[in-house]
Amino acid sequence: MQRNTRVSIAGSATRMAALAVLGLALGGFTGTASAGENPAGLQITIDNFSFAPATLTVPAGTKVTWVNHDDIPHTVVSEDKATFKSPALDTDEKFSFTFVKPGTYTYFCSIHPKMTAKVIVQ
Amino acid sequence: MASPTDEILYDHNRDGIDRRGFLRCMAWAGTGAVCVLNGGVLTSHALGAEREYSLKIPKGELMFVQISDSHMGFDKTANPDVVATFQAAIDKINALPVAPEFILHTGDVSHLAKAVQFDNVQQILKAARTSEVFYVPGEHDFVGDDGQQFRERFGRGGQGAGWYSFEQKGVHFIGLVNVANLKAGGLGSLGAEQLEWLEKDVKHLKNSVPIVVFAHIPLWTVYPDWGWGTDDSAQALGYLKRFGSVTVLNGHIHQTMQKVEGNVTFHTACSTAFPQPKPGAAPSPGPMKVPAEQLRSLLGVTDVHYKKGQHALAIIDSSLG
Repeated sequence: MQRNTRVSIAGSATRMAALAVLGLALGGFTGTASAGENPAGLQITIDNFSFAPATLTVPAGTKVTWVNHDDIPHTVVSEDKATFKSPALDTDEKFSFTFVKPGTYTYFCSIHPKMTAKVIVQ
Repeated sequence: MASPTDEILYDHNRDGIDRRGFLRCMAWAGTGAVCVLNGGVLTSHALGAEREYSLKIPKGELMFVQISDSHMGFDKTANPDVVATFQAAIDKINALPVAPEFILHTGDVSHLAKAVQFDNVQQILKAARTSEVFYVPGEHDFVGDDGQQFRERFGRGGQGAGWYSFEQKGVHFIGLVNVANLKAGGLGSLGAEQLEWLEKDVKHLKNSVPIVVFAHIPLWTVYPDWGWGTDDSAQALGYLKRFGSVTVLNGHIHQTMQKVEGNVTFHTACSTAFPQPKPGAAPSPGPMKVPAEQLRSLLGVTDVHYKKGQHALAIIDSSLG
């Protein structure tokens, strides 16, 4: 019984490892969007403990929205922990911030600080 | 069945060090042991072996139970009923032939640090057959208010983010907080103030005093890509190097793992809520979805037995199934 359990886990781990390759590919994507041109590009998604795109370049004044697709809560917090700080976003919850000043904004998930990404405002 | 003290006994570093002072980890599943040794590290699940084990416990021993990662409030497909599995863990504790001296909860008590989630855990734990529950926070308990509510409910008058120590039957227990002030890109963190406190806390202790450290995020590097480690744990462990027996109990990774390094034994406990994948075995450390009939075999409680006079902690991980 127990042995069966273990074998089954190993099987699903292999499938998940295959998905990991896909996850890495998405995580490495760098996006550029401008307000009004491609509204979908102004959304940053959280999947598998990663922000995508990992780098988003937008013009000043752009509102960026994060949406969490994981079944674990995440947060969106600027590196200085002051510029912007979302509450915990549960599954499918969103958080938005409008970037007024040009600059590079590195941010992370304060629950899983290994999750980092940035928004470049031009 | 073999005597528990005859079980295990792995030599992680192949350094031939006398293992009597080290962890003894026994695991059974029903009629047999399920011990998976991988690279010198033992993963174990046990099923209802406490009775056989406790018959062999001599007098003058300290027994406590570690529970972890109850994630009260989690309701996704990996486990839609974390109340039931937490309750099952408590039932299992209450079925022990000897009541544990106390329970250690190694964090992520709640899923989102909400009052109702803490309430639920406290309510269920009221029925636990033990005298005390000691807590350390997980990062989920610090969501939103940096742990203020957690400290109000579970704090032990500790310092800083809530670290503290206490003595039980000659064993020095140290509850550390490594989920406060986490930095972008970093791992768990203890911070300078806590490290300074720790150095002072153990300064007066004789080398022969057994030390048990408990904290949420592992104090050894399990898998940094997933944040499974603590940036400044080496400094903390440095202060404990001179002690003959140091046991480190952690949660966070929702699976059992053990490692022996010198006189330090590291041990992580299962979650009572949902399992997580083995390091690197999935694209992320998100909840592992397993068939309902398997779920409880991957959740659990950990009993720790301390035998006075021999610096050995025997750790049994019990699954809920």
